[in-house]
Amino acid sequence: MEETLTALGAILASTLRNATPLIFAALGGMFSERSGVVNIGLEGLMLISAFAGAVGAFYSGNALVGLATALGAGLLFALIHAVMCITFEADQIISGTAINLLALGGTGFLMVVFFGSGGTTPRVASFELVRIPGLADIPVIGPALFEQSLLVYLMYFLVPLTFFVVFRTPFGLRLRASGEVPEAVDTAGVSVTRMRYYGVALSGMLAALGGVYLSMSLLSAFTEGMTNGRGFIALAALIFGRWNPIGAAVAALLFGLAQAVTFRVAQDVIPLEFVQMFPYILTIVVLAGFGGRAIAPSALGKPYRKE
Amino acid sequence: MVEARARDNGPGAKAPKVLEMTGVTKTFGPVTANDDVSLVLHRGEILGLLGENGAGKSTLMKILYGLYKPDSGTIYVDGEEVQIRDPKDAVRRGIGMVHQHFTLIPPLTVAENIVLGAEPRKGGALDLNRAMRETEVLSERYGLKVDPRARVADLSVGVQQRVEILKALYRDARILILDEPTAVLTPQETEDLYRTLQELVADGLSIILITHKLGELLGVSDNITIIRDGRVVDTVKTSETEEGSLARLMVGREVLLRVEKGENEVGTPRLVAQGLVVLSSTGATAVHGVDIEVRAGEILGVAGVDGNGQVELAEALAGTRLVHKGRVYLDGEDVTGLGADERQERGLAYVPEDRSHKGLVQDFSLWENNALKTYDEPPFSGRFGRIFPKVMRRRAAQNLKAYDVRPSEPDARAGALSGGNQQKAILARELSGNPKAIIAAQPTRGVDVGAIEFIHRQLLEQREEGKAILLISLELEEVRSLSDRIVVMYDGRIVGEVGPDATDEELGLLMAGRGSGVGER
Repeated sequence: MEETLTALGAILASTLRNATPLIFAALGGMFSERSGVVNIGLEGLMLISAFAGAVGAFYSGNALVGLATALGAGLLFALIHAVMCITFEADQIISGTAINLLALGGTGFLMVVFFGSGGTTPRVASFELVRIPGLADIPVIGPALFEQSLLVYLMYFLVPLTFFVVFRTPFGLRLRASGEVPEAVDTAGVSVTRMRYYGVALSGMLAALGGVYLSMSLLSAFTEGMTNGRGFIALAALIFGRWNPIGAAVAALLFGLAQAVTFRVAQDVIPLEFVQMFPYILTIVVLAGFGGRAIAPSALGKPYRKE
Repeated sequence: MVEARARDNGPGAKAPKVLEMTGVTKTFGPVTANDDVSLVLHRGEILGLLGENGAGKSTLMKILYGLYKPDSGTIYVDGEEVQIRDPKDAVRRGIGMVHQHFTLIPPLTVAENIVLGAEPRKGGALDLNRAMRETEVLSERYGLKVDPRARVADLSVGVQQRVEILKALYRDARILILDEPTAVLTPQETEDLYRTLQELVADGLSIILITHKLGELLGVSDNITIIRDGRVVDTVKTSETEEGSLARLMVGREVLLRVEKGENEVGTPRLVAQGLVVLSSTGATAVHGVDIEVRAGEILGVAGVDGNGQVELAEALAGTRLVHKGRVYLDGEDVTGLGADERQERGLAYVPEDRSHKGLVQDFSLWENNALKTYDEPPFSGRFGRIFPKVMRRRAAQNLKAYDVRPSEPDARAGALSGGNQQKAILARELSGNPKAIIAAQPTRGVDVGAIEFIHRQLLEQREEGKAILLISLELEEVRSLSDRIVVMYDGRIVGEVGPDATDEELGLLMAGRGSGVGER
């Protein structure tokens, strides 16, 4: 019994750790896509930010400086996407792909520039686990939920905050309207361009939080290609969660659980490679089963040109 | 129609000018959309702005609303010269606009739509309760009944239009511009709208009503400004004019307001649908068990308000949308399982309602478009899938001439043609193959009067040749003047059949789903 409970607690903690970067990125994707801009560049934004965070933390020795560097990098590259998609009306998929390729190649190159070789950076300052007294003493779920990195607590806070911003503020109303019927926003005297820039900029900074969690919390170093498809899974969580912050968080937790479980499956029963495929298969099944019926913002992916 | 107006706010009346536009000129590249246009609007006046599609009415109003920047010209509001750079400026000056294509956001509620861009706030948050209250207050004050909590997607088009008007009123509009407001309404809803407009002007608002339906303006407007080819032709007092002279001013020549239609021999059923159930693109049932029989030599009109399953019905008959249940027969043969291409080969012509996307490939030349459906048949193609562009081009040249497409140049890009000529190019392709049955979905939507006349004549000619024609149209006048029988679609069902002499009243009730036939389904 005791053993099962401990195992459950461990799975729960692992689920949260896996889900946190997905949730950050999915929230970011939501701001972008609700405003009408597809952001498949989440993967790249996370990777660049993970790297920038590690560089900042390495040179300053301070995790907060790393965080700031990462947010700056995420914002910068998101703005590149915004300029391409919103101002120049480029194809949003191509722009997002370009961001992903740029991130992969760019971080690989910069690894050599900053650290002399590829692979993994030296150990950098990171966000330590913070135990919340009292709450962390609750059996099983206590340690899982309340003995986590500061970034996880930030995530707890950002999910409801995002929900509030999107559904309960004038900003959110305008953002959603921009992704549905931009003409209506324009005739209401609100700039669609500005709303979309805000949406994409926020997606960059939130994706950055996801990246920072990878390189400065889950690990204390940056490894080339460390996002490993998480940006795309975050996108799947966003769709599965129907572009709703709560829904996306639940979907991300589901994916996180899938990963957590696979770590524990005895390797001699099923080959490890198959076990590791599971989260991705789940993603495909979810997208095939629910993605088709999910109702995307109707102006998603369509550049808006003022008459 | 609404009865004659009791008030008299003619041009000679004392009411002050609330709006004046003088010498407005706007060009788009080589095209002059507005050429030295001037107009005056008085307080409490309903001014009709009449003109054909493409005459420049909408351009002028978009200038007034700050959506376009004029090349030259001056705008005065309440006697003061103003610059209107964007819709915000327009709103600040008390100008509100109800667009032809509603600018509402379907998944949002009525209240959210109304306050968008001018939201009531509590702290940093959106004060939804106040938004709802204010919506209710406005809606009661002007008798525009809406539920502020309802999702716009769930509302009928008539109610959506009310939301659009409320949106303008919420922003304290004193000058209201309505662009083709009746295009999507049933006759009864149109009357409701006009009653509302009367109440608004009684309250001190001034209204510009843009339309190409001249009959409607006679009942509701005080004055009418007529625009043709971007120029103001005349401004007349409504009480001193009549339909014929308005039509002449609008088109610039005598027009046949009604087509002549002779008696015709009706033959066997050629296009038949039995118990047809069709799903919409979102998966909802759009057509609920429709039975239709179009016989040789007759035009069967389908009337109804937009979005009641007409598009899905047409597509299911044409073979571009799956038939969920039921059967389709063409000249006695069951074609339910056949695709659009096979139906076309068996003699079915289809003029889709969305000319620019479904009717033509905009970036293709006219000869390519003309060959879209027959490219794989001799004499246009040979062995091993070879095609013969020369033959296609020659055939296209003949067709374009025969159907008066201008320019009749096979190498012209389809997208470069005017709406009327695009439609004629589609007719040329569809009708030249000597079909047995024709589905014409809104064949004259958005085309000029000249092209309307031509298209109507073509359809009647086809009828005389014994073709079976299904005519789907939102324009009651068109359905009535061309059809031998009329069925009315409401909520995916045929709710009644009437003759071409049916009154507005009868048709309107059926279109609103309140006809006598509805209870029997």
